[in-house]
Amino acid sequence: MKDTLELLHRFSAHPDSRCWYVAWNPRGTLLASCGGDRAIRIWGKEDESWVCKCVLSDGHQRTIRKVAWSPCGNYLASASFDATTSIWKKKNNDFECLTVLEGHENEVKCVAWSPSGNLLATCSRDKSVWVWEVDEDDEYECVSVVNSHTQDVKHVTWHPTMPLLASASYDNKVCIYKEEDDDWECRATLEGHTSTVWSLTFDPTGQRLASCSDDRTVRIWKEAQPDEGSSSDIAWKCVCTLSGFHGRTVYDIAWCGLTGALATACGDDGVRVFKEDVTSDPEEPIFSMSAHVPKAHSQDVNCVAWSPKEAGLLASCSDDGDICLWSYKSED
Amino acid sequence: MSGGTRLENANPLIFQRSGERLLTATDEDDDVADPIDDREIFDLIRNINDPEHPLSLEELNVVEQVRVTVNDQENAVSVEFTPTIPHCSMATLIGLSIKVKLLRSLPDRFKIDVHITPGTHASEEAVNKQLADKERVAAALENSQLLEVVNQCLTSRTM
Repeated sequence: MKDTLELLHRFSAHPDSRCWYVAWNPRGTLLASCGGDRAIRIWGKEDESWVCKCVLSDGHQRTIRKVAWSPCGNYLASASFDATTSIWKKKNNDFECLTVLEGHENEVKCVAWSPSGNLLATCSRDKSVWVWEVDEDDEYECVSVVNSHTQDVKHVTWHPTMPLLASASYDNKVCIYKEEDDDWECRATLEGHTSTVWSLTFDPTGQRLASCSDDRTVRIWKEAQPDEGSSSDIAWKCVCTLSGFHGRTVYDIAWCGLTGALATACGDDGVRVFKEDVTSDPEEPIFSMSAHVPKAHSQDVNCVAWSPKEAGLLASCSDDGDICLWSYKSED
Repeated sequence: MSGGTRLENANPLIFQRSGERLLTATDEDDDVADPIDDREIFDLIRNINDPEHPLSLEELNVVEQVRVTVNDQENAVSVEFTPTIPHCSMATLIGLSIKVKLLRSLPDRFKIDVHITPGTHASEEAVNKQLADKERVAAALENSQLLEVVNQCLTSRTM
């Protein structure tokens, strides 16, 4: 391992609670965090330190599991165990709750905006994935409810360029959805993990998808030609499995849009970065661990997020309630 | 619990409770670090109440000291528990009670794994998976009814 992850900042974000998730705004100037204390906090850098710009504490009755910025950076969506998804609008330095999306039967586990900002996806322990349409008047309408998983759906993420949605589940599978006659349908099911799939990330071009799991592995999937006679028009096959690196559940994975580095958040308290061997065959890519901080946090690491603007700037958060900012430096 | 009069296992075998931990010479010496050991973990969980019977998990042999593994240096605690019957519908609740008791009692640095003793329950894999999923455990503990049931299992009974 020749690359380094240097700790830049560590601050308590959700004291006496756990920090479940952090998300960068598209300009890379603000971080939103959420946690078991039912609060969202917005962080910004002032001089050399990170300060809390505002706290949104009246939106949810239970844990806030994930937050997501709209592509324009003016809206924030939050998914909560209280079965709702809230949409917040940025107003100067504050946020106001625009609307609360109801419909899921129980815990909402994830929310994600499509790259265009016109669609929003949510998923829940109720096994369903919902796609919502957003109009100019900030009205949200559910356009599809998809029940392709047989268990708790943990994560949803949109393809960076094409109208495709991916979801990860407690049923050990990943589903890829496509729009068909105004309805979203599961068109490919990715099987291979032997336990819960916790998170997903597309590479910057969208040609590959990385998944991380309770089976302590990371899998890289690549778009492929569907088998002859297959009823579906899309297929993804596993081209690489990273095993033996993680000591416990891998909770999150993030592909850096600027550098192509792949970071993971692990239940063994570690943060790791993997790099692709550029000379390897695209059909059988080789990834090696290029940096590893074993005790990045004092408890499970729940999330890793690369800055969309500053290459190598990585945020992580943990059950210890802290957010850390790291500088990833590659030798070549 | 299971809706009234019929117990799933009406006549469980009852086991002898173990004695109190014997104090050693160094136990009360503040200059000697006492690592957390299997007996200490066992002492935390042996008095958890069974959700069905007026008995402790130790008295029902659901927990045993030999099924506790501790590695203090590696911050790892693993507990196996044995439901009294292979179809016990309380297995998840018992496992959750053990997990919550340890989460509340041990320093945050510990990774706590709670499993069913292999081969002793029909839904072993499903129960183990649920207990290992911290997101589902966190959500369960925000459910006030379920939390109340767990707390009842963890409330010490007057003997």
